[in-house]
Amino acid sequence: MRHIISLLMENEAGALSRVAGLFSARGYNIESLSVAPTEDPTLSRMTIVTSGSDAVIEQINKQLNKLVDVAALIDLSEGEHLERELMLVKVRAEGETCEKVKRVADGFGGRVIDKSDSTCTFELSDTCARLDSFLQAIDRSLILETVRTGASGIGRGGRILKL
Amino acid sequence: MELTGAEIAIKCLQEEGVEYVFGYPGGAVLFIYDALFNQDQVKHILVRHEQAAVHAADGYARSTDRVGVALVTSGPGLTNAVTGIATAYMDSTPLVIISGQVPTGAIGEDAFQEVDAVGITRPCVKHNFLVKDVKNIAQTIKKAFYLAKSGRPGPVLVDIPKDVSNQKAVFDYPASVAIRSYQPAGKGDSGQIGRAAQMLLEAKRPMIYSGGGVILSDAAGQLTELTRLLGFPCTNTLMGLGGLSASDRHFVGMLGMHGTYVANMAMQHCDVLLAVGARFDDRVIGNVEHFAQVPRKIIHIDIDPSSIAKRVKVDLPIVGDVKLVLSDLLEALRGSRVPDQPAISAWWQQLKEWQTGGGDMRYRNSTEIIKPQFVIEKLYEITGGDAFITTDVGQHQMWAAQYYPFDHPRRWITSGGLGTMGFGLPAAMGVQLAHPGATVACVTGEGSIQMNIQELSTCKQFRLPIKIIALNNGYLGMVRQWQEFFHGNRYSETYMDALPDFVKLTEAYGHVGMRIEKPSDVEPALKEAFARKRDLVFLDFRTDPAENVYPMVPGGKGLSEIILAEEL
Repeated sequence: MRHIISLLMENEAGALSRVAGLFSARGYNIESLSVAPTEDPTLSRMTIVTSGSDAVIEQINKQLNKLVDVAALIDLSEGEHLERELMLVKVRAEGETCEKVKRVADGFGGRVIDKSDSTCTFELSDTCARLDSFLQAIDRSLILETVRTGASGIGRGGRILKL
Repeated sequence: MELTGAEIAIKCLQEEGVEYVFGYPGGAVLFIYDALFNQDQVKHILVRHEQAAVHAADGYARSTDRVGVALVTSGPGLTNAVTGIATAYMDSTPLVIISGQVPTGAIGEDAFQEVDAVGITRPCVKHNFLVKDVKNIAQTIKKAFYLAKSGRPGPVLVDIPKDVSNQKAVFDYPASVAIRSYQPAGKGDSGQIGRAAQMLLEAKRPMIYSGGGVILSDAAGQLTELTRLLGFPCTNTLMGLGGLSASDRHFVGMLGMHGTYVANMAMQHCDVLLAVGARFDDRVIGNVEHFAQVPRKIIHIDIDPSSIAKRVKVDLPIVGDVKLVLSDLLEALRGSRVPDQPAISAWWQQLKEWQTGGGDMRYRNSTEIIKPQFVIEKLYEITGGDAFITTDVGQHQMWAAQYYPFDHPRRWITSGGLGTMGFGLPAAMGVQLAHPGATVACVTGEGSIQMNIQELSTCKQFRLPIKIIALNNGYLGMVRQWQEFFHGNRYSETYMDALPDFVKLTEAYGHVGMRIEKPSDVEPALKEAFARKRDLVFLDFRTDPAENVYPMVPGGKGLSEIILAEEL
């Protein structure tokens, strides 16, 4: 099953490779991983999307917690949460194509952030599944490139991960 | 007053009460060696290979309850140390390894003797640090010692670039240390402990299975008390030997791949299993699916949550320091009702049948050829069962575990998790330094001993009177045994031709060497060797090359699919 694990870790050199190394060394799946410093510059917040049996997910949580640099961890999938991923999609702009894609993007809350004679770039932010749906809804042959950040997650309401 | 980074590093070791540093100098650690030279509180043991430095620090740590310290240079110094670090990591030994690094400005430029030490060691350390600012050396080393020793112990690496070791800062050693992202477990949950007590009292076929965690937590006393209070059978893992005295009547021997028939059968057929500081690894319970075929309730006490429910499903997890949890469990059991005596007696009856029916820990002795088991039995007799025994890895390691019963913890020093050949001799050096008057024997084979035989030179320099018990059968015996059992007797590359004359070799290093070829000479040779209190003696026992280690649970098989020695 797909899980979104969110964690706070010391913003130290090499902390990211400890997490990445753990996943490869122990053979865990990693769908996406996104990380950036928080409002407290000594801490980074990381969102990991992974999948596995309950036993594997339990081990992933424990192994991550065991890393000395990991200060707090939450498996967002165990409760109410929100996830958002940012996607940039550049499509070929020929005749009406840009407008056609734009109409689809409007339905996904997307917007155009760059235009040239031959290209048109959209920005969308949504759940991973919705972004997949967008890509399926447009003509694939028009896509020149897609860039996705991987999911960021946060608990709903009073569900807070903080030190 | 300002000190250089190197001086600060050595001051930190003094503050930590470090007696010995095992190391090897080189370019990147020149300043640190200079600082060592100018003091005499911390003594340096010059090894002949960095792997041995870490194993020696490891042996020192395992035989005491202190942190072992090693010091190596950058590049090859560090890479040579990696096997030692990984060995300590697998067996949870508290070590601090200080490595030199190329100057900060040269990092990343493929400088001479540069290697990404933090990157290379990351998967086999509890934690590691690269110190880029001289002001951080003291607190980093303080953290390193704290991390190494607290919680589930392990090796911690501190990588210090050469320029940082020569910059100056005020020395201020922190009195205490707190790491917000690191909270090692202490006491266990009292509700869980209460439920564990209940479960144990209701057991009809109970079993206690204890591992290295009992030794590391210094909880042998609590384990012994618990076992006797309940009257339950108890087995130790390879790492846990000495946790319960082998002469205790509740002890049913080691379990696992080369464990006793009774211990393995009891593990398989018990209804309540209390696992203490052990991790159900593949050499201990064999095939996981096979193990799970028989329903049993499992209580698992471990300081590391990730050890719990890793390989087997656990009914009652208790995260905490083994010593504290066992103390609380004893408290919960004292004065409460007693276990189900009739059921426990019937269970012991079953165990007795397995004990006599198993036929394990027996071998057919010979008057013609030396049996390796016989050597270990005589070693036990002559040392009064009171020696520190280190081993290498292979058949000799298993025979030592089987035929040298341990009555005390921290006497049995072996590489269990990583299975590192070459561990025994350097580990024995660390043990001997920690216990100068004690009898220290390294049980080894002709294969393993050659992996760090250069340390005979270190032993000469520091006058370490270790007794090396080499069970020389001319083969890489354990591999040969697997080839015999599972690869149609095709002994691919396991016969070691052109072995050195170990007697002459030992003499060349300035020690005493003895070759023993007849069973009748075993006892006199051992007596003579152990009477030489001041000498290192290398005993080259020529043993039966066809001897196998029994019993054996073949790889991937279940505990009750054990192969016993032929009818004797």
